[in-house]
Amino acid sequence: MSSTSVPGAAKNIAASVGLGKRRYRTNTIVKVLCVAATALALVFLASILFTLLIRGFAGLSLTVFTTSTLPPGSHGGLLNAIIGSLIQTTIGTLVGTPIGLMVGTYLSEYALGSKLGDAVRFVSDVLLSAPSILIGLFVYAVAVAPFGGFTGIAGCIALAVIVIPIVVRTTEDMLRLIPVALREAAMALGAPKWKMIVLVCYPAAKQGIVTGVLLAVARVAGETAPLLFTSLGNLNWSTNLTKPMASLPVTIYQYAGSAFEDWVQLAWVGALLITFGVLAINIIARFVLRDGK
Amino acid sequence: MAASVPAKRSTQLGDALFAGMVRAAGIFVLLLLGGIIVVLFIGGLPAFRQFGAGFLISDDWDPVQEVYGAAVPVFGTLITAVLALLMAVPLAFGIAFYLTELAPQWFRRPVGTAIELLAAVPSIIYGMWGFFVIVPIMAEYVQPFIIDNLGDLPLIGDFFQGPPFGTGLFTAAMILAVMIIPFIAATMRDVFLTVPAVFKESAYGLGCTTWEVMRSVVIPYTRVSVVGGIMLGLGRALGETMAVTFVIGNTNRIATTIFGPGNTIASIVALEFPESQSGSLKLSALLALGFILFVISFIVLAISRMLLKPGAKA
Repeated sequence: MSSTSVPGAAKNIAASVGLGKRRYRTNTIVKVLCVAATALALVFLASILFTLLIRGFAGLSLTVFTTSTLPPGSHGGLLNAIIGSLIQTTIGTLVGTPIGLMVGTYLSEYALGSKLGDAVRFVSDVLLSAPSILIGLFVYAVAVAPFGGFTGIAGCIALAVIVIPIVVRTTEDMLRLIPVALREAAMALGAPKWKMIVLVCYPAAKQGIVTGVLLAVARVAGETAPLLFTSLGNLNWSTNLTKPMASLPVTIYQYAGSAFEDWVQLAWVGALLITFGVLAINIIARFVLRDGK
Repeated sequence: MAASVPAKRSTQLGDALFAGMVRAAGIFVLLLLGGIIVVLFIGGLPAFRQFGAGFLISDDWDPVQEVYGAAVPVFGTLITAVLALLMAVPLAFGIAFYLTELAPQWFRRPVGTAIELLAAVPSIIYGMWGFFVIVPIMAEYVQPFIIDNLGDLPLIGDFFQGPPFGTGLFTAAMILAVMIIPFIAATMRDVFLTVPAVFKESAYGLGCTTWEVMRSVVIPYTRVSVVGGIMLGLGRALGETMAVTFVIGNTNRIATTIFGPGNTIASIVALEFPESQSGSLKLSALLALGFILFVISFIVLAISRMLLKPGAKA
């Protein structure tokens, strides 16, 4: 019995050694490819940041922050674009955040199992990934065309529409993480539901909600396409919300495609400012969330 | 007793007010999306009326003759998005695999954060980087190399022909791929992490290698959500505007090779809009294109959400 099985077993061992080698070779190849894929993505990020640093720093000077955009060759800056971006981002966030907060509250606290809630959640998720250029076209059709002109207000509205779904998503997710016991404790003390939400749930979810708002700010600060059709951009100094308003991304777009050396240089400076601003807000948002945990 | 009745009434009133307010906000979001669809459709109506179904298949875009068709931008939108997916999915899968199974524990968070920051870089920056850094590399090295090596192949060789300008559909798809990699990789990483450790450990216990565990346990378990994440990336790629506008070459002609110039719905809208009079047929054609883009993205995003819904796994 044993004498007949030995040759077979020996053959199987030889075969399985070969199979094992092949399996481990495949495993190693896949591992190497995965490391290479990750390294490649990091190289892209490094290349973007490196390009911005090299080309942006070359043109960075105080006049960038003290002078408005000027015709080519006259040493203009980006002051009006920076201020315009700050104004539109701030107002867009201030308008969009409360609406997003309320929708998120509705989805997490009131819409359990309701058809309307499911529909709102679905629509909000679609808005979150919808092409921002379409939001620009929409705001153009409702807030620019009927009033006969591009305005800073229209830019703020477009950015607010982009802010809403981002805040909705984080608010709902964060409110859902709050333990039921905390809610029951508030209810047991006789607090009405709205007081429980505002005085117990919001403070408990504060860090998460702040993170969501910061991410929304970072997202809209770099938006270009929706502003092309709403606040248009303005090469003169203007803080009037009823007139076209400059913004950093739109100015970068206009300057980067121009044929003038100094305008392209300023576009790189603007790109450096906006990218490092946006990445800094992103990193801060992560720290806010981590400290909360 | 007498005092608690009004207190109770005000409590109910406060609750009703708050509930009504947040509900109204929810309905507002519904109306917002409905509004976008309706506004784009009404804006595009004159163009739809003028050209009928021919709008979809015509490749004309002639502002002088006032003849407009959607075929070229729709083609460009779909082809760049699909090419971008072909490049992005394997890379994103590799990154997600690395971040969940291969990387040392302390290394996962910094690398994961760096990949997420790639998603935070504004799209106009990708456009500038693409135009000033990637396009010269493509024109100088990548395209001549591909044209020399693949251009003479039978059957498929024709797709890899043409002058190496650097810009064009292929370059646009490459930039799009870099932009959507972080979205797909993040979704894949999150769903890979939902696989119960017991499943993986039992496969390791049977002597499986890491790759075999991935292929036979993790991927089958997360299949549906992985496709959902890919669709999410596709949705992003379809509507990307600024980055594509910089590198695609902006020509209204259906390219016969992947290096040929073209345009996408988003890029033609961004470029032609400033030259359109309010109320003109051209503006209407642009809004009609916007409506088509919205319908395409809506379908893709709806599928993505259905697949990513918790409980839809396996």
